[in-house]
Amino acid sequence: MRKRLLAGLALAGALALATTGCSSSNNNAGSSGTGGSGGGKTLTVGFAQTGSESGWRAANTQSMKDAFSDANGFKLIFNAADNKQEAQIAAVRSFINQKVDAIVIAPITVDGWDDVLKEAKDAKIPVILEDRTINVSDDSLYAAWVGDDFKKEGETAGAWAKQTATSPTNMVVLEGTTGSAPALDRATGFKAGATGAPITTLDSQTGNFTRADGKTVMEGFLQKYGNKIQMLFAQNDDMGLGALDAITAAGLTPGKDIKIVTIDATHDGLQALADGKFNYVVECNPLLGPQVADLVKKVVAGESVPKTQVATDQSFTQEQAKAALPDRKY
Amino acid sequence: MSAVMKHRLFWPLVVLLALILLNTVSRPSFVRITVHDGRLYGSLIDILRNSAPLMLVALGMTLVIATRGIDLSVGAIMAVSGAVALTIIQDSGDPANPAVLAVAIGTAVGAGLVCGLWNGFLISVLGIQPIIATLVLMLAGRGIALLITGGFITTINSDPYKFMAQGYVLGLPFAFYVSLVAIAIVALIERRTALGMLTEAVGINPEASRLAGVRARGIIWGAYAASGLLAGFAGILYSSNIMAADANAAGLYIELDAILAVVLGGTSLAGGTFSIAGTVVGAFTIQTLKSTITFLGVPPAVTPVFMAAVVVVVVLVQSRRFRRFMGRLPARLRTWTSRTPDGAEAAS
Repeated sequence: MRKRLLAGLALAGALALATTGCSSSNNNAGSSGTGGSGGGKTLTVGFAQTGSESGWRAANTQSMKDAFSDANGFKLIFNAADNKQEAQIAAVRSFINQKVDAIVIAPITVDGWDDVLKEAKDAKIPVILEDRTINVSDDSLYAAWVGDDFKKEGETAGAWAKQTATSPTNMVVLEGTTGSAPALDRATGFKAGATGAPITTLDSQTGNFTRADGKTVMEGFLQKYGNKIQMLFAQNDDMGLGALDAITAAGLTPGKDIKIVTIDATHDGLQALADGKFNYVVECNPLLGPQVADLVKKVVAGESVPKTQVATDQSFTQEQAKAALPDRKY
Repeated sequence: MSAVMKHRLFWPLVVLLALILLNTVSRPSFVRITVHDGRLYGSLIDILRNSAPLMLVALGMTLVIATRGIDLSVGAIMAVSGAVALTIIQDSGDPANPAVLAVAIGTAVGAGLVCGLWNGFLISVLGIQPIIATLVLMLAGRGIALLITGGFITTINSDPYKFMAQGYVLGLPFAFYVSLVAIAIVALIERRTALGMLTEAVGINPEASRLAGVRARGIIWGAYAASGLLAGFAGILYSSNIMAADANAAGLYIELDAILAVVLGGTSLAGGTFSIAGTVVGAFTIQTLKSTITFLGVPPAVTPVFMAAVVVVVVLVQSRRFRRFMGRLPARLRTWTSRTPDGAEAAS
């Protein structure tokens, strides 16, 4: 009896694994054959998402699904590649085989796209890139790119810092994942935006874009410099949120003793801003769906579109955050 | 003196003290402990508090490694447990209610236990290699956690839950007491009963111990269950520390830190003899090393190299053969230089 129960458990577990593994390909198989209508009313669009690694990504996926809804005249074939490029390329190939009307890719990596994009071009399927960029030998391999300008975000944050730091100010920085594009570009942008400001950077360490690491590193900074820290630049909301606890534990008041500027403008980040714990937040907009959907329609209709489109990133002060919070989706 | 040096905790402790000394020399404020609203505050206190999740995971890992196994799924189990706890608390709509918290924590730790039992079942009953068996959950676990949180980072506001990782009792962090209790329980069960000896027997020679009448299956299964349970609790501490269930980042790479803590503590990966006290020292060493990076201001780009270099030095210092080689080195150099004419010339 006991053995049979165990065997049953094992089987159930194996089934659960198998079904989670296949759910995305089932999706594709179910919708194959419906594409290829071309001039028909509904546009079949294949979307190759990177995966679901963060809250930002979840909001991005949701925005795409909303924009490419049946009501808007689309049939969306969605694939999340779990941050594996080979899986993403395979997904794009399957879109080509299904003869979709357009392909949208949020590329996981910069390189390695030439072959599969040539196949798409030969099949006369337009490709639109979302979020991250790619390196290809021939720019005509994709129709357009829509995304956020990380450098601009850094610049906006830097400009605020410059405006705020009227007297000499000591700042610490929580960097994103070392070597990642947002971390590099936001750092460069911030430097450019804050040129000439009387700001001394005491220290700059990576918090890997996570709350836990942001907190630990900030604790270290506070032990190291004590009350000398007057400003914190966290390259995303999560690290800034983690740092809040560390600052409170050190007996300081975030937002007053230490001025905090972050990038992303997630719901939690704006909440902290509205509560007066952050001082300024620059948005990194994940709601790219409507812009992408618009582009897809134009490209399929044969209209010419600009090669790059930068999403509009707002920035928020504490007052603006209070106003924006109720409608914040992510 | 030589008796002290031969004690197996001697070198792990030397390494830990050397790290603390290095930090103190670079910045004396490292060892300063002040009092802030009735609680102790300082780098060393932060280390005690932040090392708690790693401590729990490393204790479980010690038992698993003692049976000649390995548990790669602990980080993913932490993610699952945090996701379960916070989702229950968030859905309840009454985050400060102790009953809700008890249910949430109980279910989350239970989920960790179930994960551990699953690993143990694959390994002890089906005979799958530990590294493969636990790899399944290491990869699938985060997916499960993401499924529970719906891909978002779940955040809650609950003061009692926050207390788990951020609260203080008698001036010391509550999380530190959690570590102490876990250490005490594991040490009591393993060292005051025959279980520890039986575990070592299974690790040294599973076949011989089976022939001698030791029920290896139950012991191995139990080790993975304990590891899952402790990882489940570590997940609670992790999520309580940031008051959020971050399915992607919770416990990421903690399995490697835990294995390292166990090895630094003098437990062999080949299984058999294990040292709980050694693991405790190892876990503190790794947490201190992490603070060292911030304290010395090691640039982020070279942090992995710095970590690796320190670990290599630490492992070499603990190797008896290497120490003997270094001890003989001056004598060898002398004989070598006196034998070669060039060396003799240079010396004169």
